[in-house]
Formats: sequence, C-alpha cells, structure tokens
Amino acid sequence: MGKIILEARHINKDFNDPIRVQILSDISFSITKGEFVSVTGKSGCGKSTLLYILSTMDTDYEGELFIDGESMTNKKEEQLARIRNEKIGFVFQFHYLLKEFTVLQNVMLPGLKLNKFSESQIEHHAMDKLKMLGIGHLAFKNANQISGGEKQRVAIARALINDPMIIMGDEPTGNLDKKNSEIVFDTFKRLAEEFNQTMLIVTHDVNFARKTHRNIEMEDGRIIQDKQLETVVKY
Amino acid sequence: MKTKLVFDISKALLIARWKQTLVAAVGVTFSIAMFISLLGFMTGLNVLLDGLILNRVPHIRLYNAIRPNPQQPVMRDDAFKNAYHFVSSVKAVNGRQEIRNSTAIIDYLKSNNSVIGVTPRITTQVFFNDGNIDLNGMVQGIDPEQENRLFHFDDYIIAGSGSDLAKIPNSIILGKTLADLLLADVGEVIQITTTKGEIFQLKVVGLFQSGIQEYDKVQSYASISLVQKLLGKTGSYVTDIQIKLTNIGDAPATAKSFARIFNTDAEDIQTANAQFETGSFIRTLISYAVGITVLIVAGFGIYNILNMMIYEKMDTIAILKATGFSGKDVQKIFLLIALVIGFFGGIVGLLVGFGLSLIIDQIPFVTPSLPTITTYPVNYDLWFYGIGIAFSLVTTFMAGWFPSRKASKVDPVVIIRGK
Repeated sequence: MGKIILEARHINKDFNDPIRVQILSDISFSITKGEFVSVTGKSGCGKSTLLYILSTMDTDYEGELFIDGESMTNKKEEQLARIRNEKIGFVFQFHYLLKEFTVLQNVMLPGLKLNKFSESQIEHHAMDKLKMLGIGHLAFKNANQISGGEKQRVAIARALINDPMIIMGDEPTGNLDKKNSEIVFDTFKRLAEEFNQTMLIVTHDVNFARKTHRNIEMEDGRIIQDKQLETVVKY
Repeated sequence: MKTKLVFDISKALLIARWKQTLVAAVGVTFSIAMFISLLGFMTGLNVLLDGLILNRVPHIRLYNAIRPNPQQPVMRDDAFKNAYHFVSSVKAVNGRQEIRNSTAIIDYLKSNNSVIGVTPRITTQVFFNDGNIDLNGMVQGIDPEQENRLFHFDDYIIAGSGSDLAKIPNSIILGKTLADLLLADVGEVIQITTTKGEIFQLKVVGLFQSGIQEYDKVQSYASISLVQKLLGKTGSYVTDIQIKLTNIGDAPATAKSFARIFNTDAEDIQTANAQFETGSFIRTLISYAVGITVLIVAGFGIYNILNMMIYEKMDTIAILKATGFSGKDVQKIFLLIALVIGFFGGIVGLLVGFGLSLIIDQIPFVTPSLPTITTYPVNYDLWFYGIGIAFSLVTTFMAGWFPSRKASKVDPVVIIRGK
C-alpha cells in the first residue's frame, strides 16, 4: 500500500429545499498515491457533489476529509484556496480557460499564484507540460483560438503546473467528441502510468471508467461498488 | 500573493473590456475636471471679493472712540461710594481723538514679530468746493509707500500715481466718482474747506476706484503731513494706527491685548467684517458640495460597470478560485481595477481641469467696479488638485468595494456545476 493521499470519513450532505433530501450518505473511502480512480453513477447520484466536497470547494457537509493526512475541517477559505492551489489540479467538463490570456499564461496562472518558483521557471515548467501533452506549438495562441480538444488538454496542463498530489476531473470528456475524448483519456492514462499521477475522475462514460484502475460506483448518494479493475497494471 | 500577478490579471480584465473601462474613466475625468475648474473659479472669485474689502482693511485698527466717560465724577466721590448712581443726560466727552504717544507705539509695533506692518492714518472730514456747492467728503492722511505695501493701495489707482502724494506738496488723490462730480482730472487743482473753515487749494495727482461706489464718492487721500496741516496739528498727531499681522486669525486676541497696553480702542478685522467670512465660507461650501456630488455620480457609474464586469467574468472568477485564488485575491483584483480607473481618470481629470481653468482665466471680465480685473479670476491652489485626486481614489475605492466583495463571495461550485 502506498501513501494515502485523500481520505473521506463518513461524509454526509443534505439539502433542505424545501424538504430534507439526503444527497450523500456515509461516504467513506481513501485513495493512495498513484491510483487512477473513476467515480461513476447515474445523473443526480451525487458523484459531482462528492467531487466538489473532496476538492474543498464545497465546505457544507458533515464528516471528515483528509488531504495528505491533513484534516480539512474548520479550515479558513484562504487556507483551503492555498491547498487547492498546491495539492489539487482540476479538469472540468468545460475548459474554463481565461480568454484574456494566452495558452501559456493560462497554464502559468496557478503557478504564479503559488509563487514557489520564479516567473521564468514557471514559464519553463508550463512549456514542458504543454510539450508533454503535445500542444507546445499552441503556447502563444490566445486561449479562444484553439479547438475544444486542445482547450481541454491545456486545462490538463494547467492542472499539472504545480505538480499536484491529486488531479480531480469532473466529466473531463463530457463535452468532447469521440476522437478528442480518446486523446484526453490517453493523456490521463499516460499521466497515471508514466508519471504515477494520482487521479480521481467523475464520469458517466462507462468506456472511460472501464479503462481506469479503480472504479467507484454510486447510487442515491451511496457507494454501491468499489472495485479494482482487471486492466490494472499495478506499480 | 505577488502584487505583480494581481496587476497582470487586473490589466488583462481591463483591456478585455477597454470600452467600458474608458467610459468609467471618462466619468471620473469629467467630474474631477469639473471639481477642479469649479473650485478654482469659485475660489478665484472669493479671493477677489474678499480682497475688495480685506486687502484694504487692517487686521487691527487702533483709535480713540468718541463716547461718554465711563467714570462719571459722582462715582469717584467717597460719599456716594456705596450708593446707586443715577446720572441723566450723559454726554460724550470732548476727548482727544489723537492717539497718545503714537511714535512710540509705532516703533514698538514695528519691532513686534507678529506684526507684518504698521501705518498711521488720520481721517478728517472736509468739504469739496464745486462752485457754490459744497460736497461732503473725507480725507485720509496716509503714508503712500506703507499703504501700498500693506493694503495694495496702487492696485486701485486708475490714473496718476500713488507715490506722488509723498513727492508733490499739497496733493490729493480723489475717488473716481467724486472726481467725476467735481469734474476734476489728474493735474488739475481743486479747493477744499476744512471743518475749521480754512480753505486749501490742492492738486489732483491721481484717481482711485475701489469698486464700492459709496466709498469712491466721498473718499480722498492725501499725505499725513498735509492732513496734519489741514487740521492745524503737529507732526505727531495721528488718529488711527493700522496694523497687519502675520496671522489674521490672531487678530481678535491681539486687538484686546493692544487695547490694554496702549490704552486705546482696538478693532479687529473679524469683528469689523464678519459678513465677508460667512460669504466666502458659504461659497466654498457650495463649490465643494457640487464637486463632490458630481464625483459621487461618477462613482455610481464605476459601481455599475464593475458589477457588470463581475457578472460577465463569473467563469473567470470561478476558475481563479478553483485553482487556488482566495476570495481576498479576487477582491484585490477588482478593487485594483476600480482604483486604476479612479487614478487614471483622476489624473486626466486634473489636467483637463487645469486646462479649463486656463481657458476661464482668459475669458474677458471687465466691470467698472473692479478696475484691476480684466479676465475671470481663477485660483490655482494645489490643495484642490490634491483633494481632487484623493476624492477620485476614495470614491472609486468605495464604488469598487461592494462589487469586489461580491466577486470574492462567488461560489465556484455554483458556476462550474451550472454549465
């Protein structure tokens, strides 16, 4: 067993709108370093809600969340932002690139915020990430001049810039056609296999989920199945 | 967070919406320009109007007032010491209007640090003879050089020269209206009769116009020695001592102490001209009120534009927050945008305001009551420019505060999941 990166203990969440509806009930699981985990389930089963709780953006829940062994309970908004910046990389369904900036600047932004390296070093890192994802030639284009598939890869490069402990994805292929979905999936797979990157991806794409290392299936706010997949090549 | 990053992001957002930014900045520019030119113009007028009176009025005037003796003989009698005194038909004493020991007083005042200058005056009534009509008038005996230094005497001379009073014996400077009545011009000789009945021929060496018709109709100036001669008095006879202080605000207190020391009456400028201070205060207040109102309106413009920008940039805010920017960082970014608009709008506003002031300064403004003025008066006090830029920053900060707070409170989950 590797080091535990993320651990959820008895997470519950409910809405009171207008009657009490439980969205998540007693979710407990942990992710160790290097795991490539997918979360699947039908629409409305609470998988995205869970992801946003795990990502620290949603703080309205009961239970405990540990990232890198550190409890996220009762942390201030600023501290959580810092943790997201340093330890979590995000890929959303929509790319959310800032169209005021170039591709390279978009990738650099979280690095500049972290302020751990100098600007030229960050630029160098960003360029490396882009090249690794095969889109180095787009670096100086404006973020709204590139195609959807390319945008999503830029978003992945942005998620990687601070070398996060875990990458979280919310339907990262949901908006893409088959070809681009495959490219994006291959990118994730490479990250997992070549760079031993820990990843937690929410998806309803069964093909996608099947190819990951571990699949957590949810229904009505509960985990109904959590299994290692056969395709797994364990390191 | 690095300041440079905040700057870079703010700059990118500003440039992306440069038209709105420009509109907001123009709003600030307009209001600051209005503020500067309005205050400059108003203050210019204030200084001018106050100057009409205040420049010519001493800060403290020492004199002996004509009044009944407060110590009536009965009060000094020991027999009636504890009695209540009824004295009817009390009359003013025929006391001396002369200030006792005037030379020593003037010397003392000249060596006093809080005094800028001292000049003696003698005032007497005369009749100006014009054929068989006698016009009532006043002659002020002055020291033209000191009078000009302290009270800008030469500014009001519209013909001839003030300094000729000292050079030419038996010379007089007449008020413009009075000269018109007497049909007298510079170089001509007029005749006056003193209160004692003596007749003098005096040469007109100049005309003055104060801007106050009533004053110009009766006033005239002559040298001190001439007036002493008109009155048949000696060279030390002085009825008024006019004092200008370094700090006008000290006048009331200083007047009291001088009155005690010199045993005369003393009148300070605040008491003598209270209405002018009230007038200029109100005018300044109105200009500030208008200027600030215009600025607040511009502030609402900025508020609107930032609010719109925040709605448009919800995605940007959400992703910034998702990737680790805290609410404070986001707030900084939007506050900076507001302040940049305020700063540059304000700076350009100062320049435009200065330009407008220069233009107003060139507009002809000729009025017979203000002989020294040819164009509209404008004041270029740096203080207004300081207030202008400070206000533009403060209002834009306020206008940016609420929208930026809203931006900082944006919940990224709502935005990201809403797609």
